[in-house]
Amino acid sequence: MSLMTEVGQKAFELGVPLAVHMDVTYRCNERCVHCYLDHDDHGEMTTAEIKDVLDQLAEAGVFFLTFSGGEVFMRRDFFELVEHARRLMFNVKIKTNAVMIHEREARRIRELDVDTVQISVYSHRPEVHDAITKLPHSFERTIKSVRFLREQGLKVTIANVLMTVNSADHAGVQKLAAELGVHYTLDPTITPMMDGDMSVLSLRIPGAELPDIFHNPALVDSQEEFCAPPKPPSKEDLEGYSCSAGHSFCYISPYGDVFPCVQFPLPTGNIRRQKFLDIWNLSPQMKEVRSIQAKDLTVCSSCSHVASCSRCPGLAYMEGSMRGPSTADCEKSFYRTGVPTANMLRQGLAKPRGVSGNSTPLIQILPLAVPA
Amino acid sequence: MPENCIYVARSSAIAARALAGEMMVMNSADSTFFTLNEVATAIFQAADGRTPLREIVRDRVCEQFDVDPEQAQADAEQFVTELSSHGILLVSHQPLASETPR
Repeated sequence: MSLMTEVGQKAFELGVPLAVHMDVTYRCNERCVHCYLDHDDHGEMTTAEIKDVLDQLAEAGVFFLTFSGGEVFMRRDFFELVEHARRLMFNVKIKTNAVMIHEREARRIRELDVDTVQISVYSHRPEVHDAITKLPHSFERTIKSVRFLREQGLKVTIANVLMTVNSADHAGVQKLAAELGVHYTLDPTITPMMDGDMSVLSLRIPGAELPDIFHNPALVDSQEEFCAPPKPPSKEDLEGYSCSAGHSFCYISPYGDVFPCVQFPLPTGNIRRQKFLDIWNLSPQMKEVRSIQAKDLTVCSSCSHVASCSRCPGLAYMEGSMRGPSTADCEKSFYRTGVPTANMLRQGLAKPRGVSGNSTPLIQILPLAVPA
Repeated sequence: MPENCIYVARSSAIAARALAGEMMVMNSADSTFFTLNEVATAIFQAADGRTPLREIVRDRVCEQFDVDPEQAQADAEQFVTELSSHGILLVSHQPLASETPR
């Protein structure tokens, strides 16, 4: 076990919020087609309020701090916030589209010893990237900024969200990342709007295309292990928890709302009215999230994938129940391993392995309906 | 001032936080990550660039932990050397200005 994993486990067991994702604004200079945010400003926290929150987070034991948005550089005080965070000795990561980063900003980011800058790039083809961001020349500006950041010796990660409109371009983006000397990550997850609107889910790549991703050794290490059929769950697996949301991780919105995770819109409190630690320790919603073990899950507890599924409780919550299945993760588990999930079988979307007595394929999958 | 007097200060380039009494330290430049035990944490927290290491060992280590002073000093010097090689601590024979992020 790596030292980092050990520390993560310790924080999880002690209930220490080791990592926090903070959106400092929802305003943005891009209008990405898949974005789940409302970009109007409904009363962002002030500089002083955010600095006070950062003081509280340091006191609570937060080590990893991600600043995101919206576009973080839409805030004129952004560097003041980063400076305050670094003075408090957080490990700071910035998520940005980078179009507002020039040489001066790149130098400042380096001077503040920011750990990593994660930048969204959707395609290696400018016309495809710009069509997704709806900002003309955004590809050119973003890539130019990546070069500025690299010239400063900063660690940069290109995050490639995969959807129907760019599904053919991941190899091109991966090659571009290698040319730029930056890390590359790929994510096929499209999240419903924070207000519950599911329309953006129509951009999710069809499940049938997922095997090309999961079985691609250029994208996924340890193919054999990753794509292996699930092992029967142990008692320990059934007493385990979904993820770090609410256990050692949480999300804070620009308005001070605290949630278990950035894609888990269960309100647990507001930092403008309560102290962070009071929300973290005492909120009934946080406590409820923390109490859910795999054995408590309504459908998933009987699923063969329960021990290895990437089931997101936040996506499940948005589908109706934080104890229920997350359809997107069911699809991932199935297309990764070829073994249908309990949820798919329940919905009649697949037949269990080995029960077919005729010449039809053992597993039949109908296209999953996109929620209206 | 003795010739072998060592001053240590925390680098501004690092991230650090205590978790259950043990300090987590990370250098963003090379992503090295350490956790320090209770004694090392005491030295790290006292590394203000102005207090000689010998004084830190005397006041923060020997007084609080049951250790042999000479052994504690030798261990502290080894610890400081290792962390300075990763850019986490700055070491000098002169007092150092306490670094804050620029």
